[in-house]
Amino acid sequence: MKKIKINNNNVLLLITIGLFVVMYAAGCIVYGHKGFTNLQTFLNILINNAGLICITCGMTCVMLTGGIDISVGSLVALDCMIMAVGVEKLGISSPVLMIGILIFGLVFGIVQGFCIAYLEIQPFIVTMAGMFFARGMTAVLSTQQISIVSDALFTKLAGLKINLPFGAYENSKGILQIPYVRITVVVALICVAVTFFILYATRFGRSVYAVGGNQQSAALMGLNVKLTKLKTYVLASLFTSIGGICFCLNTMSGTTSQATGMEMDAISSAVIGGTLLTGGVGNVIGSFFGVLINGTISTLVKSNGKLISSWSNIVTAILLCFFIVLQAVFAKLKERKNK
Amino acid sequence: MEKNLVLEMKNISMTFPGVKALDKAGLTLKKGEIKALMGENGAGKSTLIKCLTGVNKFEEGEIYLEGHSGAIRNKDTMDAQHKGISTVYQEVNLCPNLSVAENIYIGRAPLTKLRTIDRRKMNKNARLLMDELELDIDVTRNLENYSLAMQQMIAIARAIDMDCKALILDEPTSSLDDKEVEKLFNVMRSLKKKGVSIIFVTHFLEQVYEVCDSITVLRNGKLVGEYSVEEMPRVKLVAAMMGKDFDDLASIKPEGSTVNEDAELFIDAKGLSHAGKIKPFDLEIKKGEVVGLTGLLGSGRSELARTIYGADKAQTGTLKVGGKEVHIHEPIDAMNLGMGLLPDDRKAEGIIGDLSVRENIILAMQAKQGIFKRIPKQKQIEIADKYIDMVQIKTADRETLVKQLSGGNQQKVILARWLATNPDFLILDEPTRGIDIGTKTEIQKMVVQLASEGKSVIFISSEIEEMLRTCNRMAVLRDGAKVGEISGENMTQEGVMNAIAGGDSNG
Repeated sequence: MKKIKINNNNVLLLITIGLFVVMYAAGCIVYGHKGFTNLQTFLNILINNAGLICITCGMTCVMLTGGIDISVGSLVALDCMIMAVGVEKLGISSPVLMIGILIFGLVFGIVQGFCIAYLEIQPFIVTMAGMFFARGMTAVLSTQQISIVSDALFTKLAGLKINLPFGAYENSKGILQIPYVRITVVVALICVAVTFFILYATRFGRSVYAVGGNQQSAALMGLNVKLTKLKTYVLASLFTSIGGICFCLNTMSGTTSQATGMEMDAISSAVIGGTLLTGGVGNVIGSFFGVLINGTISTLVKSNGKLISSWSNIVTAILLCFFIVLQAVFAKLKERKNK
Repeated sequence: MEKNLVLEMKNISMTFPGVKALDKAGLTLKKGEIKALMGENGAGKSTLIKCLTGVNKFEEGEIYLEGHSGAIRNKDTMDAQHKGISTVYQEVNLCPNLSVAENIYIGRAPLTKLRTIDRRKMNKNARLLMDELELDIDVTRNLENYSLAMQQMIAIARAIDMDCKALILDEPTSSLDDKEVEKLFNVMRSLKKKGVSIIFVTHFLEQVYEVCDSITVLRNGKLVGEYSVEEMPRVKLVAAMMGKDFDDLASIKPEGSTVNEDAELFIDAKGLSHAGKIKPFDLEIKKGEVVGLTGLLGSGRSELARTIYGADKAQTGTLKVGGKEVHIHEPIDAMNLGMGLLPDDRKAEGIIGDLSVRENIILAMQAKQGIFKRIPKQKQIEIADKYIDMVQIKTADRETLVKQLSGGNQQKVILARWLATNPDFLILDEPTRGIDIGTKTEIQKMVVQLASEGKSVIFISSEIEEMLRTCNRMAVLRDGAKVGEISGENMTQEGVMNAIAGGDSNG
């Protein structure tokens, strides 16, 4: 049996997971009578945040190199709008559009990544430009809210329930409920698994950590720092496009104001999940739990029923502070130990 | 190239804008030898190494490497590494957030059939490598868990695992303690036995005699010579580095004024130290006395001064200023006690180029008063004009930006800054480096003048003549410790050089 060593890095991950468990358990105790204990409540968190999970996977990769990508929210809005306009106004079939969206994401990522890695422009500025561009393009395509109804395959995918073979329960009216997930959840979990695999087991993944750990050293050790950075931004935009499609399957519409601030949700999830903004430390599993924590907070606020939804923002803010302070404390401890 | 050589650099010349950095310099490296590369500041050690590793592009000369028929030129450090020339720098260039094994193998990790990293194999190889170097390291732990010395060994392990012909260690010992240095030397010796050739860049004399087989000395970008350790006693080595023919050293009489024997003691340091930088030292300075700190570059001259000043907080010992025991936590405490420090790196630590001469001069004074008690503009102008006149700063105007002044005049601005605070004690670290001879003399005169006004001065310089001219007494430093003092009759070039070389002067 291999011993799992506890170091500062996975301490943060354990705290994240622990926090999620505690939070969820608290929800079960306080709001159990409102159905919090039902498996479906948990699954709904996954369903509602499937898109965000995909996006956070990409964001984690970027943040591990010490970068940031704030274009993702707008890109999601643009993806939804492409889908809506494509289906409703141009009559293009949804699989073609999906492939188109993925290719667009790829190109978008290459352009952003090139500017950041090879032209050495601040990632914040480049992706801010990307953010304005994508949001602007969304409005250029259409300023109206367009519901996606005419594509049979798309509506079928959106409505598809994948029943779980376990966990059936009777609701308050005594009707048997079979817990289910949507196809988007499956996609999101695959994204997490793929990201984990890339980061843990491939040379590229380890280069990402090396670049985030010490860029100059990474270059001196013969790693291609620029290409590594470029690839992370491509991954981010690609995962965002996948997330955008998932998001679209959830909302089934395109509007200009969609997914505003989603980039911040992704960043905060990654930070709560233990990813350092300075790069080099973090884990996609942590980011996944970061999303779940954010989802749990809003579910808790909704379950209360009396609180306005902005309270979830406040709780997220407190958690962010908590985790950033925690990271700083760990960094200080490490520094002292090294002395 | 001769048969038993691994590497030969011949007649390497290189120019930086305006400066001939290397002038037909060179170096030879035999198989399985440890070669010390020595020279004072600006001798061209780093430049030569960088020519070898492809960082610098040299204009003339050839590099021959075992296994290559013609002369080689490396495009960059990667290219050099592929040819078998690896460098381990003073600052460890590894990633603290990755495991030890990953740091050794990143970029060339063994892969499984699925093109994923084969961690088991990687860890196994790393463990073998650690055993070979007799290091007790858990290769799966993150690098940040290990001390700087261990990290350096790991960097060496990485270097030698890449089929290394020549290993360059660029001042690896400057941040290590004695025990760690010993460990490093053991690794170096065992590498030598395995036939690895090592170039050891250092300025610690003791270490050269402890671990090296031969020495290459550079001075002013030129090759002074290559010697075996046996034929090169310390004093001769120091003389070669400083460019003095030891046999006919002209004795320059000290010109500094003599101090009144009963002058009050101003600085009385007992056992001050800062770990890793300067070992515990005692130092007494009387009022009106100029004490020189001498020693080779990196011997702890600046560090000693910085410890008194609180720029590196003293970790042990006591300090009395004017008879009273004081505790200096930060430079501002020292300033309030009437001290001033003119740092050796004026670009990084002293001058603020985008401020005017006036603003630079009043800076320390303002800091001493606290930033909320702004000195009125009219008074600033008065002060600035007074000191521009006093230290003769050649500037168009008091509002000229400091970056537009020459190096020597910038130095005078810093001097003026400290004089404006009316200090009782001034530390001048290399105040004349890189400035013209005329300005040098002016600054030297000013130091003597200040002393005659009853101020105490610590004067640090690499030029012995200059020290002899300005100092009443000299403290000698070697390898991070104060090892003695020279005064009176021993204040001659020969005496100073003997003291710097230390050990028995016959080698």
